[in-house]
Amino acid sequence: MDLNLLNHVAEYTWRIEPHGDMRVPAILYADEPLMRDMDEKVYEQSCNVAMLPGIVQAAYAMPDAHWGYGFPIGGVAAFDPEQGGVISAGGVGFDISCGVRTLLTGLRKPDVENSKHALADGLFRDVPAGVGSTGHIHLNHAGMNAMLKGGAQWAVEQGFGLPEDLQRIEEHGCMSGADSGKVSDRAKKRQRDEMGTLGSGNHYLEVQYVAAVYDAKIANAYGLQEGDVVVSIHCGSRGLGHQIGTEFLKSMAITAGQHDIRLPDRELACAPINSEVGQAYLGAMRAGINCALANRQIITHLTRQVFAQVIPEAKLQLLYDVSHNTCKQEIHEIDGVKRELFVHRKGATRAFGPDHPDVPEPLRRVGQPVIIGGSMGTASYILAGTQQSEQQAYSSACHGAGRAMSRHQAKRQWRGRALIDELAERGILILSPSLRGVAEEAPGAYKDVSAVVEAADKAGLARKVVRLHPMVCIKG
Amino acid sequence: MSQTGWEHFYHMADIGIRGRGRNLSEAFEQTALALTAVITEPELIQAQQAVDVSCSAPDHELLLVDWLNAIIFEMATRKMLFSRYQVNLQDHQLTGRAWGEKIDVSRHQPTVEIKGATYTELKVAQHADGSWLSQCVVDV
Repeated sequence: MDLNLLNHVAEYTWRIEPHGDMRVPAILYADEPLMRDMDEKVYEQSCNVAMLPGIVQAAYAMPDAHWGYGFPIGGVAAFDPEQGGVISAGGVGFDISCGVRTLLTGLRKPDVENSKHALADGLFRDVPAGVGSTGHIHLNHAGMNAMLKGGAQWAVEQGFGLPEDLQRIEEHGCMSGADSGKVSDRAKKRQRDEMGTLGSGNHYLEVQYVAAVYDAKIANAYGLQEGDVVVSIHCGSRGLGHQIGTEFLKSMAITAGQHDIRLPDRELACAPINSEVGQAYLGAMRAGINCALANRQIITHLTRQVFAQVIPEAKLQLLYDVSHNTCKQEIHEIDGVKRELFVHRKGATRAFGPDHPDVPEPLRRVGQPVIIGGSMGTASYILAGTQQSEQQAYSSACHGAGRAMSRHQAKRQWRGRALIDELAERGILILSPSLRGVAEEAPGAYKDVSAVVEAADKAGLARKVVRLHPMVCIKG
Repeated sequence: MSQTGWEHFYHMADIGIRGRGRNLSEAFEQTALALTAVITEPELIQAQQAVDVSCSAPDHELLLVDWLNAIIFEMATRKMLFSRYQVNLQDHQLTGRAWGEKIDVSRHQPTVEIKGATYTELKVAQHADGSWLSQCVVDV
């Protein structure tokens, strides 16, 4: 990105002043090297988001921002329905409520080292992953609607996981306001066989260990110590979410004119929150959030079953489950006034600071865990929300590394088999149904997640707590 | 690329698909082949079974996205991949047929499932020589 286009207002803060049809500025958080490498499209898309009706304060971009569709990936924007504010399917993304959950295991690295192969084989066998895979659960019409209404709570009622898991999930595992009636039959059909599946692309299930502790007090509150083994699951709302995104992108593009919304680009398709389409999307999108929460809950259950067989002394407890593709109705204080806003986070993680009422009790005093997934074979991080973040980007932080090279380039540069062998030598087992898929997800095809996390920490978006290193990666 | 064919174009996180044809129908067919090629090599897929789709939209661009999303839906729900496409267009009404087979993971080595066709870099245009181009970015 051409840095001359931006005002460098603080070491990690860059500002695009309103120009043209921009209603508010755009604010980007990153260090200078990340900013230089950032796609020019992030500039363009951030400016475009700043033009949308009812946007409050600024359009924000996280340190891992890159070219998305309409909104940049790594974009955060809040809208006020009382001021004609909009909701955008592109601002949430196709994979509604894609996110990461991390489970503590009560095990130490040496406890797992000897059983690593058996664990990897069991997880690969029992957790469906990859293109065309189907889940063990097939939902009928009533079951589908119950799942869309109940989310992870529904999953627990069905016997997947434990009631205490729910306290460690955003919205206590059940997004209110979900309306399964606004989810089309096609979206439901697409989901019928996909409950409890990981999907493909950058989605994974990893067994990891804590390789470094940066903040011992917070790590302790999270139950993490150096050498502890954890499991992280990264996936979303599967076919249902993709279909909801697809259908509402179209209806929002078609109806934008009727709502007098002038779109700088069709891909910014949106609808006023207080409109028929806006409300329908909200109901469907919230059902999509529940689908993602239920999906990760089912995968958690499958993971526990495998651990019970391979390492019976393991006790898998949920640390936290946080999504990074959502639009949430939240109260934020703007210039001393509390306002109810619709906060879009597209490839950005909510990061509530200490004492926030929505953070569950045992974690509340230190702030919400912010889980940053790395790419295959690289580090992941757990951060904590800060009070400062509330003032910066509606309590939001980055979500991952972001690609440094396209899939096409990656496929030309790496071979799946060679990558698997190379990572195995470094003690990381990769299991995937597709070697070609592995090549596209090569660690070298992603930006350095550490640089992104460092920038998020320094910018005050979230506080670095621990670094996780992979031991086993089940790749879709 | 000649008048007829497909290619991928650069997008950092996702992937751009582009088709060209002597007429709009052919451009749409080629773009669908580019869609398949995101997942696997089209030559690996046997055209054993035909699936019919239809869609309509107020303009060519939205129709392209609808056509691609109709194929994505069929791939996802039937667990199939397609290697041959036929498109018939009448005004803004499309009827199409796709030929393919069930996914065979070991033989097809599918890289990634496609979530949806987006409006990013969406373009349907006719060249001076009468040929057509149609393209967009797909989310994977």
